[in-house]
Amino acid sequence: METVVFLISAAVILSGALGVILSNNPVHSALFMVQTLFGVAVLFVLLEATFLAAIQVIVYAGAIVILFVFVITLLGVDRAEDLRVEPISGQRPLAVVLGVSIFGIILTVLIAAVGSPTVIQEANIPIGDAADNTKLLGETLFSKQVFSVELTALLLTVAVVGAVVLSTRPKGLLISTLEEQGDDVLDDDLEETGKE
Amino acid sequence: MMIIASDPLLSSEIGLSVVAVMLLKVVLAFALLMVSVMLVIWFERKVVADMHNRVGPSLAGPWGILQTLADGIKLFFKEDLLPARADRVVFRLAPYLSLVPAFLSFAIVPIGGDFTNGGDGTVSIFGHRTLLQVADPPVGVLLFLALSSIAVYGVMLAGWSSGSKYPLLGSVRASAQMISYEAALGLAMATVFLSSGTLSTSGIVAGQATWNWNLVATGVIPFVIFVIAGTAELNRPPFDLVEAEQELVGGFHTEYSSIRFALFFLAEFMNMITMSAIAVTLFLGGPNGPILIKQISWVWPILWFFLKVLAFLFTFVWLRATLPRLRYDQLMDLGWKLLIPASLGWFLLIAALNIGEDRGWSTFLVVPIGLLVLSLAALLLNGAIKKARDSNINAADLSEISEGTE
Repeated sequence: METVVFLISAAVILSGALGVILSNNPVHSALFMVQTLFGVAVLFVLLEATFLAAIQVIVYAGAIVILFVFVITLLGVDRAEDLRVEPISGQRPLAVVLGVSIFGIILTVLIAAVGSPTVIQEANIPIGDAADNTKLLGETLFSKQVFSVELTALLLTVAVVGAVVLSTRPKGLLISTLEEQGDDVLDDDLEETGKE
Repeated sequence: MMIIASDPLLSSEIGLSVVAVMLLKVVLAFALLMVSVMLVIWFERKVVADMHNRVGPSLAGPWGILQTLADGIKLFFKEDLLPARADRVVFRLAPYLSLVPAFLSFAIVPIGGDFTNGGDGTVSIFGHRTLLQVADPPVGVLLFLALSSIAVYGVMLAGWSSGSKYPLLGSVRASAQMISYEAALGLAMATVFLSSGTLSTSGIVAGQATWNWNLVATGVIPFVIFVIAGTAELNRPPFDLVEAEQELVGGFHTEYSSIRFALFFLAEFMNMITMSAIAVTLFLGGPNGPILIKQISWVWPILWFFLKVLAFLFTFVWLRATLPRLRYDQLMDLGWKLLIPASLGWFLLIAALNIGEDRGWSTFLVVPIGLLVLSLAALLLNGAIKKARDSNINAADLSEISEGTE
């Protein structure tokens, strides 16, 4: 039973991942990514991590990828592209080298890990049943891992503040042009905007 | 699987009869939802007509009750158009991405069962004890949130794949609106989780058995936020900017016709029913209520549940007939600057109260201090918003001047 579910979701995940990089259309790529995320969510359910599965769908599929789709459609880059064109020359061979080496690293770790605690089934029995899952996760996050939680929150805040700073206009520049033009221009314009 | 283990039906060995009971429940829930959608569409048209001093549908069946059926048959036989510039696969996929989550999220709602006097809310079907809900996963209400975030894709992709500008504008609006209000919705729900101590819907309902509804236990404000955010999540008036006819023709489903349009329509009304049912489950005690006649005790919870849901449905229709549509900036201001901070603040207050109870702090001290901190935070936020607005106006004026004289 578990093997069957694993095989099906693995097929879903891998086909989704291939779809992401092989689609011509960016929106299709984003949709394949949702497929991959769903496959991973199913794997989480299989491992009795139901809370992680729900959060996976809510956060990744529901917030992050939908924002990708949002930006893709809003910026108008949603047209199909020719995949044979290389935007940066030498990109393809470099990608192959990087991909193969990452695969090699993962494979080495997996082979080296045979017989170590992560592969032994008894070491991976869930603590408590599925309903306790959420509670235990919360307790760990806010006691043992509280600093990493706070750091992540800080990181996200910095990202938001950075986005706001980058999107505001440089103010000093405007004021200097204003001083050159004198006050009557300002008054006229303010009246006009007031009427609108 | 572990995910549905809290239903007593599945804790024993799973034989053929258990599968039969499960199938029966699924089919019943499906049929119930379909029939309710039919009646709710008729109900909405009738009530709005009454509020407008019109008659409304009156020809098909008694009081026009079969009008929806007639409309459905008409839609089914109409020609199905596929725009030439549409993305074919996604265009066909989108209605189902709306419909399937709408169906699935109803599965976690307990529609009956006696939870009073220590009852576990189970009923007996063919000798099997079972909950009156299709599934009771341990993550419960989070499943509803996950599914409603999938439903955003239906709207978003429908607009994008149509290959036309009005649907695209409608869907961009829709996704921005739904993502914004999902945060407030989730935070209002989190307050319920705090006071109930569980995510499972049957657990939440069981916790409210002795008239201590979460409406009171969480202090009304999360309920108000939930209803407002829920209305926005459903794209119902006054938050129906997604399909504002005057601006967007028909919104995201402009290019849809025939049965595919009917699917969107169906999903919209199903979501309305499910949202009402979830609100009843979370805040108004679900099927809990007085058992009046002991001989038919299983009838009363179902009756109370339906009456409560009906009250919500009426409110949604009432809002539609009464309130004008919000402007887009008003919608975003309400969501980001009022509902999300308010729900977050209230969540923290309830959390402080819970911790206070654990540690034995005096409630008379915790509440005033909490409220004081909250009002300070509100003042700070208000100041920040005012400052931002002032500097925005200045920047806009300045940029206009510099552009005008170049």
